[in-house]
Amino acid sequence: MTKPEDKPGGTSRRRFLGGAGLAGAGMIAGLVPARATTPDPMITEVQPWAQFLGDGVDAAPYGRPSPHEAHVIRRNVEWLTADTASSVNFTPIHELDGIITPNGLCFERHHAGVAEIAPQEYRLMINGLVEREMVFTLQDLMRFPRENRVYFLECAANTGMEWRGAQLNGAQFTHGMIHNCMYTGVPLRTLLEYAGVQTNGAWVLAEGADASAMSRSIPMEKALDDCLVAFRMNGEALRPEQGYPVRLVVPGWEGNMWVKWLRRIEVGDAPWHHREETSKYTDLLADGRARRFTWEMHAKSVITSPSPQAPIYHGRGPTVITGLAWSGVGTIQRVDVSIDGGRNWQHARIDGPSLDKSLHRFYYEFDWDGSPLLIQSRAIDSAGYVQPTKQALREFRGTASIYHMNGIQTWQVHSSGEVENVEVA
Amino acid sequence: MSRLLKTSALALVIGAPALAETDMPGRLALPEEVAAWDIDIRPDGAGLPEGRGDVWTGEDLYEAQCAHCHGTFGEGVGAWPVVAGGFGTLTHEHPSKTIGSYWPYLSTVFDYVYRAMPYGNAQSLEPDEVYAITAYLLYLNDLVDDDFELSHENFTEVRLPNEDGFYMDDRVETEWPRFTQEPCMSDCGPEVTVSMRAEVLEVTPDDPHLEARHAIYMALAQASGADIGTDATEEAPDAEAAPEAEAEEEAAAPAAYSPEQIAAGEAAWRQCQACHQVGEGARHVTGPQLNGVYGAAVGAQDGFRYSPVLTGAGEDGMVWDNATLDAFLENPREHLPRNRMSFRGVRDAQERQALIAYLSSFAE
Repeated sequence: MTKPEDKPGGTSRRRFLGGAGLAGAGMIAGLVPARATTPDPMITEVQPWAQFLGDGVDAAPYGRPSPHEAHVIRRNVEWLTADTASSVNFTPIHELDGIITPNGLCFERHHAGVAEIAPQEYRLMINGLVEREMVFTLQDLMRFPRENRVYFLECAANTGMEWRGAQLNGAQFTHGMIHNCMYTGVPLRTLLEYAGVQTNGAWVLAEGADASAMSRSIPMEKALDDCLVAFRMNGEALRPEQGYPVRLVVPGWEGNMWVKWLRRIEVGDAPWHHREETSKYTDLLADGRARRFTWEMHAKSVITSPSPQAPIYHGRGPTVITGLAWSGVGTIQRVDVSIDGGRNWQHARIDGPSLDKSLHRFYYEFDWDGSPLLIQSRAIDSAGYVQPTKQALREFRGTASIYHMNGIQTWQVHSSGEVENVEVA
Repeated sequence: MSRLLKTSALALVIGAPALAETDMPGRLALPEEVAAWDIDIRPDGAGLPEGRGDVWTGEDLYEAQCAHCHGTFGEGVGAWPVVAGGFGTLTHEHPSKTIGSYWPYLSTVFDYVYRAMPYGNAQSLEPDEVYAITAYLLYLNDLVDDDFELSHENFTEVRLPNEDGFYMDDRVETEWPRFTQEPCMSDCGPEVTVSMRAEVLEVTPDDPHLEARHAIYMALAQASGADIGTDATEEAPDAEAAPEAEAEEEAAAPAAYSPEQIAAGEAAWRQCQACHQVGEGARHVTGPQLNGVYGAAVGAQDGFRYSPVLTGAGEDGMVWDNATLDAFLENPREHLPRNRMSFRGVRDAQERQALIAYLSSFAE
C-alpha cells in the first residue's frame, strides 16, 4: 500500500490532476500490467453486435437503461412499514456516480400513495394573510420567471436505523433516502409577492393534494429566501411519485417539507403544529424532551463504493473509493477519508460541481494491499461544521431520536473484497 | 404589486397599458373554494368547524373506522401507529409516542383525522364525527371520563400532558461548539475494534439481483486477469434453480385445502385485516367483508362500492377461484390495474395458497 498522503490537497491531487490516474498509480509502484496467457475471444472472435444490425431508432421512444443494469433500482425494506402506500424505498446510491440522481431512481416516500393528477386538473391556491387569495393553473405558473437550481433532498429519517448501531447492510438502505436533482420552478417568493403578504404573515403552510393532505409549517423567512414551486426535475416534468405536476422545493431542509402534489400555500401568523411536525419529525432526546422544527440537514457523507452492495471484485492494487457529501447549510469544503477506522485521515478529491445545498462527489484513490480495512468518510462544510461520529451524536441525543443521524459511517472491507456495515469503538 | 414590478420580468407584461386584469396569471379565489380546501386547525383553535361529539359515539365510530389499524385499545395492529398509552416511556430505549404520551396539542389530532383519516378514505368524516372520535381518543388515553363531550366550544380547554415536552431546535447552540472544531488528522486515539455487525441482525432484505450482478462482476474481474478473493465467489447459488422451483409450486394448485393450510392462512391474514373483515359479524370497512368471496363473482360483495375495474371484471364473468385469487394476491395493482386495493401483494406462493384456503373456509 502506498503511504497515505498527509498534506491537504497535496500529492494525491497533483497525481490525478495529471489526468492518467491509474497509470500514475502503476508507475508509482514501478509495475506495468500483466500479459494475458491466451487471446481474449471477445477480441479475436467477431461478436454478434459487430456483425448484425441492432434495434433501429424508436425501439424505445422513451429510453430505458441497459437490461444489464436491471439491478440498479429503488428498493423497499418491507418490514419497516405496514403498507407500501405509506412507506419509503431507497435510492441505489451504491451504483451511481457524479452528483445527479436519475429521475427513475429518486427514492420515494408516500403517506397515502401517489396522487394521480392530470395537468388540466391541477390547481394551486394561495390563501390566508394575503392581499389577494388566488388560484393558479399549471399554465399560470409557467408565466412567471423561472429558476434552475440543483438541490439534494434528504429524508430526515435517512440513516435513522443506525442510531442503535449497525443495522442494514448496504449504503442504499442506510443512506439511500436522498436524491439530487436540478429543479426548474418559480420562486415561492414571486408567488407570495404577487398575492401580497400581509404584514403579520410570519409562516406559510404548504399542503399537498394527496390523500394524506401532507402539510408542513415553514417560516416566512425561508419561504421568501430560496424555496421553489417546481414543475421540472432534471429537465423533464416531475415524476408522479415526486409530486407531478408541482412540488415544493425547500433547499437544505428535511425532505418531508418538500410537499409533493402541492395544492395550497396558506399564509398565517403562527405555525400549525400539524402531525408531521409534532408526532413525527420531532427529535426525542434521552431526557424525554424533544426538539421541534429541526429543519436543517447538517453536513454528512458516506462512501458509496466500496460498500456492502458494491464489494471489491478486482483484488489488490489500484482501488477507487468514492462517495457523496452534502450539507443543508451550504457547500462542502472538504472530505476526509480514513481506511483504519478513523485513526488517520487523508483528504479526498472532490470532483464535479460544488453547488450550494447539493450533493458533492468525492474520490480517494489508493493501492489496496488486500488487508482488511475500516473505511470512513468525514465531510466539512462551508460553515466549518465537521461531520461528527455516531457516538458523539448519541452523547447529545441518546438513541431514540430517529431523525437527523448524520454520523460517520464505517464499512469493513474484508480481504475477500466483501464489505460489511459495522460500528467501531 | 410594486415589489414585483421592480424585480421580475413579469413587470414588462404588467406595464403594458393595453392589458386587462384577465390577462394576468391566476385569478382570485372564491370564498367557497377557500372554504373547501382550507380545513386546517391550529392549537389556538383557529379553523375548528362548529360541532360536537361524545365518547360513546366516538367509540362506535372508532370501532368501525379506526380499530382495524389502530387496535381496539389504540395499541396498533402490526406496524400501524399506536395512538394510546405509553405514559412514562419517553425516556425508555423504545419509547411509545402516542397522542397521550407524546403529542403536544389536541388540535393536531382533530386536524389530521379530519384531513387524512380514515386511511384510504380521507375527508369522509363529518365534523361531529371527528369531534366524537377525538373525544374517544382522549378517553382511550385516560384523559377524560366516559361522559365527556368535545365541541368547538370546549376544545381549547383540553390540554395534552406533553405540551411542554418540546423546545425549538437548539443544535447550533448546543452541538455546534463541539462539531465545529478542527478535526484530528493522524494518530487520533487508540486502535479501534468492530463493536457491532449489521450481518448478525439479518434485517437487510434479500437482493433478487445478487447472483446476476455477481456473475457480471466476476466475469469482468476474470477478463482483466485480477486476483480474485475466494470468499466472494463461493456462495453464489445457481441463479436458474430458484425460479423453476417456484413455477412448479404455482402450477400444482390443490383442489381442496388442508386444516394446516387454513391455519397458516389465518396467521397470514394479519396483513389483510387492516382493511378486510371475515367471519361472524364481518362488515365492510376500508375493503369489503370477504365471507363467501371464494367461488363468487369478482366485485360482487353486497353493499360495497367497488372500483369500476372490479365490477367490470365480475360482469365479464370473472370468478374468484384459486387461480384468479392467486394471481390477484400476488400483485393486486398489476393484475387488475386501477383497482383501489392498496396492498403490495403476497410474494410467497405458499402463503397465497394458505390465504386462499383460509378465505375458502368462510361461506356466505
